Amino acid sequence: MKHTLSVLVENKPGVLTRIAGLFARRGYNISSLAVGETDDPDVSRMTIVVSGDEVVIEQVCKQLNKLVDVIKLTDITDKEFIGREMIFIKVNCPDAKARMEIMQFVDIFRARVVDIGKDTMIIEATGEAAKIDAIEDTLRPFGIRDFVRTGQIAMVRGAKNPKHPKKSN
Amino acid sequence: MTKIENIRGAQIVVEALKEEGVDTMFGYPGGANMVIYDALYDEKAINHILTRHEQAAIHAADGYARTTGKPGVVMATSGPGGTNLVTGLANAYMDSVPLVAITAQVGRSLLGKDSFQEADIVGITIPITKYSYLVKDIKDLARIIHEAFYLATTGRPGPVLVDIPKDVTQELADFVYPPEMDLPGYSIESKIDMAEVDAAMDMICSAKRPLMFVGGGVRNAGASEDVLALVEKLNVPVSWSLMGKGVIPDDHELNLGMVGMHGTAYANYAFSECDLILGIGVRFDDRVTGKLSTFAKNAMVVHVDIDDAEIDKIVPTSAAVHGDAGEVTRLFLKKLDEREDREDITEWHDRVEDWKETHPLAYDQTDIIKPQYVLEAINRQTKGDCYASTEVGQNQMWSAQWLQVKTPEQFVTSGGLGTMGFGLPAAIGMQLAHPDKTVLSMSGDGSFQMNIQELQTIKELKLPVKIVILNNGCLGMVRQWQDLFMDKRYACTVFLDKPDFVRIAEAYGIKGRMVMNPDEVEDAVKEALEYDGPFLLNIAIESEENVFPMVPAGGSLNNMLK
Amino acid sequence: MKMKAAESLMKILEDHGVDVIFGYPGGAVLPIYDAILKNDNIKHVLVRNEQAAPHAASGYAKMKNRPGVCLATSGPGATNLVTGIATAYMDSVPMVAITGQVSTPMIGTDAFQEVDITGITMPITKHNYLVKDAKDLPRIMSEAFHVASTGRPGPVLVDIPRDVADTMIEHPDDLTVNIKGYKPTYKGHNSQIKKIVKALEKAEAPLIMAGGGMQYAGAGDELKEFAERIDAPVVTTLNAISIFPETDKRALGMLGMHGRPAANYAVSHCDLLISLGARFGDRATGSVGKFAKKATIIHIDIDPAEIGKNVRVDVPIVGDVKIILKDLNAAVEQRDHSEWNSKVADWKLEHPMSDQYGNESDLKPQKILELLGDLTRDRAVVTTDVGQHQMWTALHYDFEKERTLITSGGLGTMGYGFPAAIGAQMADPEKLVICVTGDGSFQMSLPEMATAIEHCLPIKIVLMNNSSLSLVKQLQHFQCDRRYSGIDFTANPDFCLLAQAYGVKTFRIEKEEEMEEKLAEALASEGLTLIECIVSDKEMVYPFVPGKKGLDEMVKFEKLK
Repeated sequence: MKHTLSVLVENKPGVLTRIAGLFARRGYNISSLAVGETDDPDVSRMTIVVSGDEVVIEQVCKQLNKLVDVIKLTDITDKEFIGREMIFIKVNCPDAKARMEIMQFVDIFRARVVDIGKDTMIIEATGEAAKIDAIEDTLRPFGIRDFVRTGQIAMVRGAKNPKHPKKSN
Repeated sequence: MTKIENIRGAQIVVEALKEEGVDTMFGYPGGANMVIYDALYDEKAINHILTRHEQAAIHAADGYARTTGKPGVVMATSGPGGTNLVTGLANAYMDSVPLVAITAQVGRSLLGKDSFQEADIVGITIPITKYSYLVKDIKDLARIIHEAFYLATTGRPGPVLVDIPKDVTQELADFVYPPEMDLPGYSIESKIDMAEVDAAMDMICSAKRPLMFVGGGVRNAGASEDVLALVEKLNVPVSWSLMGKGVIPDDHELNLGMVGMHGTAYANYAFSECDLILGIGVRFDDRVTGKLSTFAKNAMVVHVDIDDAEIDKIVPTSAAVHGDAGEVTRLFLKKLDEREDREDITEWHDRVEDWKETHPLAYDQTDIIKPQYVLEAINRQTKGDCYASTEVGQNQMWSAQWLQVKTPEQFVTSGGLGTMGFGLPAAIGMQLAHPDKTVLSMSGDGSFQMNIQELQTIKELKLPVKIVILNNGCLGMVRQWQDLFMDKRYACTVFLDKPDFVRIAEAYGIKGRMVMNPDEVEDAVKEALEYDGPFLLNIAIESEENVFPMVPAGGSLNNMLK
Repeated sequence: MKMKAAESLMKILEDHGVDVIFGYPGGAVLPIYDAILKNDNIKHVLVRNEQAAPHAASGYAKMKNRPGVCLATSGPGATNLVTGIATAYMDSVPMVAITGQVSTPMIGTDAFQEVDITGITMPITKHNYLVKDAKDLPRIMSEAFHVASTGRPGPVLVDIPRDVADTMIEHPDDLTVNIKGYKPTYKGHNSQIKKIVKALEKAEAPLIMAGGGMQYAGAGDELKEFAERIDAPVVTTLNAISIFPETDKRALGMLGMHGRPAANYAVSHCDLLISLGARFGDRATGSVGKFAKKATIIHIDIDPAEIGKNVRVDVPIVGDVKIILKDLNAAVEQRDHSEWNSKVADWKLEHPMSDQYGNESDLKPQKILELLGDLTRDRAVVTTDVGQHQMWTALHYDFEKERTLITSGGLGTMGYGFPAAIGAQMADPEKLVICVTGDGSFQMSLPEMATAIEHCLPIKIVLMNNSSLSLVKQLQHFQCDRRYSGIDFTANPDFCLLAQAYGVKTFRIEKEEEMEEKLAEALASEGLTLIECIVSDKEMVYPFVPGKKGLDEMVKFEKLK
């Protein structure tokens, strides 16, 4: 089963290597990973989607927690959270008919056209993994030229979002 | 194509090694690699050399590789076996030596659980290998070994590690060789840019004070003869980095010797005054350039290297050719035939000759043995016909400066990493590669102690290695820095206890001789060289003897202590 | 106060009670060495290969139960530390490793003796640091000591570029450590304690399994009380040996692949297993599926990641095992399990270790170790290398006093024992320090004889010489149909002559008759002493549990009748 982990880490060089190395060495599988700074520039948040059974996930969480640069880790899988991925898809659209069809799909999925070339279009979409998969499947018949997909980012609904601890100084 | 049905993973390893042409390998057994050792038990085509420490096994494989041009192969068990290879891998990586290290790993079900003798050797060695593999499926085993040899030996060579879980070596699979490789991210296609070649040619022909600079890349490409031909055809003075020693015979009239921190004065002056450097297979290491802002400040730089990432890494180039040293050199030679517009460089030659005369390498032989004198005694007897490894420190620099060789394969030394303890095991690898040649292990008392246990390997294999210890009772090179730059504050560099190396050699059944007086040196060297078997010369030199010339770290090349 | 970063480093070492460091100089660490020279309170032990430095620091750390410190230069100096750091990591040894690095402008250029040691050691350190700004050095060093010595201890590496060490900085007065992501748990959770108490009340055949964590917690006394109170026998992992007196009636000794028969039977038959600071390594459990099948498992450990990692756990509790044992001792009523204990006592009687001596030979290594135990267990610290001699020491010496066995358990590093003995002896110059080693292992660190002589360390080296790599040979004997490959060391040097060349006193024991007298004489002699015992390469370590088997399926030595 897939688990979504929200991890606050020190924003330091090498942190990503430490986490990637840990996953490789202990044989865990990362499905996706997204990193960015938080409102505190000293702290980054990683959203890691990892697959494995309960025993594995428990080990993943504990081992991650052991890393000195990991400040706080929350498994938000069972919480109510909003999760989003983003993609760019460059599809073939050789003629006006294809363009029309693609535009319709884009509307249905609430995606956006961000670039139109001579015989290609670039579509941007955000959404949950399932929706992104669906967009990809829908556009595939047109011929996908290029495809870029981010890892998932996620946030727990309501007031209980895992905040990073107040700084002591 | 070779096909064998249904054999153990361990047997696949052995068969693949044979397919790759391996006849000599070095290693140390343990629990996890036991199955591979079992497969080696019946194997007549591979000579396995058991060292007394994994660290020595990899250095021996490295020495073997450097002196033969063939990839060295080393095997170790999981955990400490693998971690004991780390220094050797880093050493080979820094000097671009083709090496394949095969480590065993705990069984797949035990991976990632901190099992007995488990270490994440693939993770550990990422920064110090060209590539590292963990074999998780026996179906990949033959392909991975094939790729490992391919990666290690092509392009810019380097060490590759293959980590094989014990249960994979026990499983059965069919063996097909050579298997298809799967390396979409790796290409060694020649990408020589002819425009750059022509530009380089123009610069070379119009230079008034040209200087050639050769390094380990020439050795790796096996291009010494081509490069020598180019030197002679261009008739330019040529200098070398430590790794390039032997590319130009040491007695060649155009040879200026080594450049850099402990380079010859005339080479360093030539770098400072030249208007063009043609660098082939060099990486402009900090030990070569000294202070970068003043390095060759009058010169345009033409750089030939197999590794694109080296070009413009340290020194900005005026022309750069990305390609194999031999291929590019031959191209230069061909192009040169078509050119008749060379500048006259007689004046430059006179200038260089002048430096040679006024600032030669020199020493004063007093009533205490000088290391340089020992090396000259060796030269008188071997006449350049010997193989030598060095350790790291003063012994290394004196050997680089004074020992005479004719080809790069004759001189093996740890350049980039500067690994003490490398020389003695490397000499084992060299002697195995050249059983009938004189092989010297040039050593200091500090370095010698680091892998002293390999005297047993030498004895066991009856290798006639001649060990020459220039014994000053201290860590001479570090002491030299303290002497010159730390107000003679000798922190922790003097060995207060000095074991008797001759008696140690005798305990191993190896003949040794202590040498105290300059008068004895010639005779002692003769005795060692003529002796049928290994021999240890323990030569007492002064701890006050420093290596000169010396460019202080971060200083300019033309500003030497002499 | 303004000073060079290297001098600030020395001050911090002093603040943490460091009185010895083990190291080897080189270009990139020169500023630090210069600061050592200026310092009067910290002794430096110059080893002969950097590889010995972390092992010595480990021996020191295990003696003192506080971080050992080692120091090496950049490049090969640093890479030579790797095996020692990995060894310390696997056995949770508190250690601070300091390496020199090339100057900051040169980092990443493949400069002379440059190596990415923080990258290399990521998998084998508890944490590591590259100090890029000299101002951070005091904080980082303080953090390094804190991380290395608290929670589950472990090695921490600090990589210091040469120019950083040379920079003038302000040495701060306040070096309080506060790491956001690092807050170990010490106090056990009350509800879990209650669950344990309940489980103890229900149990009829409880067994205590002590692990290496007990040594760091210093919880020997609490363990003795606990064992009395719940009336349970005690087995130990390799790293826990000596925490519980093996001469005690409740002691069953080591369990596992080469465990004692009574210990392995007890594990297989107990109905409650209380694990204290152990990590259920594969060498302790044998086949995990067959491990303690009848038992409810209680796992007490300071490292939450250990819980449930290798075996199923019924009641976990995270915290300092000493604190938790105190709580348990206060909460548990006196129990009586005489039936179970007499069953266990019967196993002990039926399978005495003297039955496991193995094949007939002139000089039995097992007997030497038994004798060595009788002569020294009240006053000695024993270090071992790795191989048969290590297992024989664990099985036949009978340790009595806390923290008197120093050995490489998890990584099984040959070459560990002798440098570890140097570290142990530096930590306590008055102690009798014995290094039990084999001819394979000893060769991996024998240049350190010069180090020991230089510091007048009176270590007694007991060398079991059987001219082979015999534990591997034993595996080949049983698993590879006696096809012995790569284990023949018959070209061994004359170890006595060799040691004499270093100025070491030597004894050689070849027959059982001379064993007692020579051993006593050697132990009484002054200075560094080598006792070479010529033993047969046909000797095996018994018992052993073959791969994939349960602990109670061990192979014991059967005497030919």
